[in-house]
Amino acid sequence: MAERLAQLTTYRWLAGASIRARAQYRLTFALDFAAQFVAGLSDFLAILVIFHHLPQLGGWSLPEVAFLYGMAGISFALTDLWIGQLDTLGQMIRLGTFDVFLVRPLGSLFQVVASELQLKRLAKAGQAAAVLAYALANLHIAWSPARILMVAVAIGSGAAIFSGVWIAGSAISFWTTDVQEIVNSFTYGGSFLTSYPINIFGAWTRRLLAFVVPMAFVAYYPSLFILGKPDAVIGQPALAFASPLIAGLTLLAAAAVWRSGVRHYRSTGS
Amino acid sequence: MRAYWETAVRGYRRYATYRGATFAGAFTNTVFGVMRGYVLLALLEARPHVGGYDASDALTYVWLTQAMIMITYLWGWNELALRIVSGDVAVDLSRPIDFQGYWLAGDLGRALFHAIFRGIPPFLLGGLLFALHIPIDPRRWLAFIASLVLATVLSFSLRFIVNLSAFWLLDYRGILNVTTLTWTFLAGFVIPLNFLPEGPRAVLEALPFAGILQVPIDVFLGKRLGLDLLGALVFQAAWAAALLLAGRLLLAAAVRRLVVQGG
Repeated sequence: MAERLAQLTTYRWLAGASIRARAQYRLTFALDFAAQFVAGLSDFLAILVIFHHLPQLGGWSLPEVAFLYGMAGISFALTDLWIGQLDTLGQMIRLGTFDVFLVRPLGSLFQVVASELQLKRLAKAGQAAAVLAYALANLHIAWSPARILMVAVAIGSGAAIFSGVWIAGSAISFWTTDVQEIVNSFTYGGSFLTSYPINIFGAWTRRLLAFVVPMAFVAYYPSLFILGKPDAVIGQPALAFASPLIAGLTLLAAAAVWRSGVRHYRSTGS
Repeated sequence: MRAYWETAVRGYRRYATYRGATFAGAFTNTVFGVMRGYVLLALLEARPHVGGYDASDALTYVWLTQAMIMITYLWGWNELALRIVSGDVAVDLSRPIDFQGYWLAGDLGRALFHAIFRGIPPFLLGGLLFALHIPIDPRRWLAFIASLVLATVLSFSLRFIVNLSAFWLLDYRGILNVTTLTWTFLAGFVIPLNFLPEGPRAVLEALPFAGILQVPIDVFLGKRLGLDLLGALVFQAAWAAALLLAGRLLLAAAVRRLVVQGG
C-alpha cells in the first residue's frame, strides 16, 4: 500500500514536470495536439467516405461503426496517454539509460511509463469521444443498467487489453532492439482493427489479431451487446461479458513477459 | 555529377545498415496492408465499382500505398532539420556542391533502398494473399517507374521546405507532425482520392500531394494512358519543379540570416 502511494505521488510529480516542460514550447504543443486530432480525424474520414458509397459495411450502419470506432478510440487513446512512453523503451535500452530505473526503489515498468506524460494524446481521446457522441445521437439504443455498465466496462477492458499488448510487445526490446517496429502491428494495428466490425476481415487475420491477440474483446463484443446485434463471426454475442476476464489475463501475461525481459536484460555493451 | 552519385550511394548504404529495423518495418507494412485490404474489399464486394476502381484495383491501391510509403518517406523525415538544429548544416552549406541537389541525391539513394527492401517484399506478399492487378506491358512499368521517381522528388521538395522551418523555429517537430499527418490524407494514403465526393476530389487531385501516391498508382493501374499519361507525368514534374524552386528561395532567405555559433 505504501508503495502504491509512493508511486502515485511520484507519478504526480513526474507528470507535472513533463507538462511544465511541454508548456515551454507552446506552438509545438498546439501543433502536436492538432496533429493528433488530424490523425484521428483522417481515420474517421475514411469511414465516412466508405459510407458515402454504402448504407452498411459488413452489416453495420454508419452510426454503429461510429459507436465501435468511438469506444475503441477512447480505449486506445487512454492507453496511449498512459503508457505511450513504452515506444521509447528500445531507445532507452540502446542508450543505456534504462539502467537507472533498475537501481531506483520503484518498479521499472512504472518508471518507464511515468517518464513522460504527453497531454497532446488527449486530442485523440477528444476526437474519439466526439465520434462516439455523434453515434449516440444517431442510434436508438435500448438503454438498460447492464448496457450502461457495459460502456464503462468495455472502455476499461479495452484499455487494459491495449496496455497488455503494448507492454508485452515493447518488452521484446529486452531481447532485441532492432525489430521494435513489429510492435506497431499490434498496437497501432490493433487500434485500426478495432475501429471496424471484425467480421469484414479474413478468417486468418481474425484468428490471429482478434482472438490470439484478443482485439475482438476491446470494442467489438461489448458493442454487440450494447447495440443488441448478433455476432456474425462465431455467433456468441455473450462473449461481451468475457472482456474483463480477457483483459485481466492479458495484463497478467504482459506482466510475466515484462518480468522475464527485465531478468534477461544485460545492459548495453559499450 | 560524380559527387551527387557518391552522395546517393551513401544515402543507400546508410539505411542498408539497419537490417532488423528494415525487416520489422516491412512486417508492419504487410500487416496494415492485410487489414486495409479487407476494409476496401468489404466496400467493393457490396459495390463492384467505386470511383472507376474494381476490387482488384482497390486492393492493388492498398498494397502500392503500403509499398510506397517508405519510398516517398511521407512520415517524419527530419534528417535535414536535425542538421539545422545541431548547426552541422554549416558543413553541408560549405560543400562545393549544390545544397539542395546534395540532399536530393542522398534522398534518391535512400528511396532506392526503401523501394527494394520496404517496397517490393510487402507488395509481393500482398500479391500472394490477394488478387492484385499487375500490369504485364513493360511500357506500363517504365511509365510507373518514371512516375515513382517524380513522386519521390515531389515528396522530397515538400519535406525539404518543412525541414527548413527549423531555421526559424526552436522546435520543428510540431510542424513536422502536422504536415506529415495532413499529407497522409491529402496524398490519398488513407482512402483513394477517387473515392471522395466530386467537389473535394477535384480539389485534392489538383494539389501537389496527389502526385505523391494517387498519380503513380493510377499510372500503374493503367487509368492514365496516352496523352493522359503524359499529363500525369507533367503534373508531377511541374509541381516538383515549382516546389524545389520554392525550397531554394526559402533556403536563400534562411542563409542570409544564418549565424552559426561555436568554433
